[in-house]
Amino acid sequence: MKIVVLVKEVPDTYGDRKLDLQTGLADRAASETVLDEIGERALEVALSYADSHPDTEVVVLSMSPGSAAATVRKGLAMGAAGAVQVADEALLGADLGLTAEVLAAALQRIGFDLVIAGNQSTDGSGGVLPAMIAELLDVPNATSLNSVEIDGAELRGERATDHGTMQVSASLPAVISITEALPDARFPNFKGIMAAKKKPFETLTLADLGVDAESTEASRSIVISLGEKPPRSAGTKIVDEGDAGERLAEYLVQNRLA
Amino acid sequence: MTDYSADSILVLLDVTPSGALAKSAAGLLGAAAGVGTPVAVIVAAPGEGEQAATDAAALGASHVLVAEHAAAGSGLTVPGADALAAAAELVRPDAILVSNSIEGREIAARFAARSRSGLAVDAVGVSRDAEGVVAHHSVYGGAYNVDSAVTWGAPVITVREGSIDARAEAQPVSVERLDVAASGRKAAVIGAFEEEVVASSRPELRGAAKVVSGGRGLGSEDKFALVDQLADVLGAAVGASRAAVDAGYIPQSHQVGQTGVSVSPQLYIALGISGAIQHRAGMQTAKTIVAINKDADAPIFEIADFGIVGDLFTVVPQLIAALEARKA
Repeated sequence: MKIVVLVKEVPDTYGDRKLDLQTGLADRAASETVLDEIGERALEVALSYADSHPDTEVVVLSMSPGSAAATVRKGLAMGAAGAVQVADEALLGADLGLTAEVLAAALQRIGFDLVIAGNQSTDGSGGVLPAMIAELLDVPNATSLNSVEIDGAELRGERATDHGTMQVSASLPAVISITEALPDARFPNFKGIMAAKKKPFETLTLADLGVDAESTEASRSIVISLGEKPPRSAGTKIVDEGDAGERLAEYLVQNRLA
Repeated sequence: MTDYSADSILVLLDVTPSGALAKSAAGLLGAAAGVGTPVAVIVAAPGEGEQAATDAAALGASHVLVAEHAAAGSGLTVPGADALAAAAELVRPDAILVSNSIEGREIAARFAARSRSGLAVDAVGVSRDAEGVVAHHSVYGGAYNVDSAVTWGAPVITVREGSIDARAEAQPVSVERLDVAASGRKAAVIGAFEEEVVASSRPELRGAAKVVSGGRGLGSEDKFALVDQLADVLGAAVGASRAAVDAGYIPQSHQVGQTGVSVSPQLYIALGISGAIQHRAGMQTAKTIVAINKDADAPIFEIADFGIVGDLFTVVPQLIAALEARKA
């Protein structure tokens, strides 16, 4: 079984995140970058399966700037056997369609029985790439899963939907995405970090994948304008002197909020 | 064969497991009517499409395409994408709007990848300029406004639930059966479905006008009931910080923040929530923010319109009593 896990470098949500107002791109220098937590959980699903099925190969795949290599490498330290990073200047500002094409091409090259992704990243929070990739690869998408059970060539899980939960199943190969309901990821230990240095880390360009970022055959989504909202400022702040509840009630009524 | 207006906007309406139109329908049709002529497409099990189509017309669909097929409920995402592809082929719209629900956005994803259309997700509004339909987005927790357009063709735009206030005028019912050629794409199979039990009459968090949220400051699952009490007095939905969810006070579906639900209510009351950026990203677009926290330095106060430094276990019961006294 070969499992490819999609991982992404994102700005840490515990810091301020900035967009570059000139380019419309994420300002990577403005905040700490981390491996997206939901991608770590996706990797945990793969690694825990591999723990009990030794014939499993887990590979992490990321499309990201070259500078993100260290972040992607964390996946190796956690226990993945190999990493593939697609890094190409022409991918700067890539939209969802191009990203899906690149990842699908990379997956075809790597080969897979199962692709695991997070349901939504914390930065773009699009939640569409797993289904787009499944479409391009003509495999089922079993997405937004709260639980995952892999049984030979079949996969089952509980899918969180907008109105409840449903059981879904799919035959492999398939693309799945998982939710925060799945367990936290393991921490890389010292042994893992040392071992990661010897593991294969392949860097691919668009030329390697035969993808043309400039092709006009597909319509692309582009940013046409961008603005920063003025930050909120603090209003009234009082220290409770025994009547704060009354005063808040007064405030809510005056502002027609109660 | 119907003639479709040159400015048609194709709108995929979600249908609930019981066959009714999802709540997102009104906003989607309202948004579509602002930029063109809304043509709705509904994918339903046999016999279930008619009522939904009538409801869609009442919400502003000038024409409704109904794809009724037995497979609608058995394959995941692919039947919806096939229906959307058939409808787009027929209508040749200027834009395609889909709810940014889990089901909706995945159908949009498959359709966009298949048709190589430009995809814009989680829009909070749409408008039209000389070159076509533009999507408006609010990103990084509302810190930035971004407008996007596509390089050619009709954009596929998913619209954030509860973000559109505009409503379209009711239209006479005009329904057409949509023939869908199955793409034969491999799909996951849907098994048993369990509807979420809505245990109370409280409004849903997403799209609620008022939200009362509790954080770790509540201290325990039992004490979290205070959040529920205040919410009920105000007719508000109940939210929570990630810390409260992680501590097991309340299920994850109530989590407000970067990794939970994003809300922009008229009133947001944060109880015992410090206001980590994580949380603020999901609520800072609220019109009015009230915070009660015993830590005077909590970052939530930086964005609160009305902040109270104090013990929420004395302030909130007093607030509830005061509000109830005014009602009586």
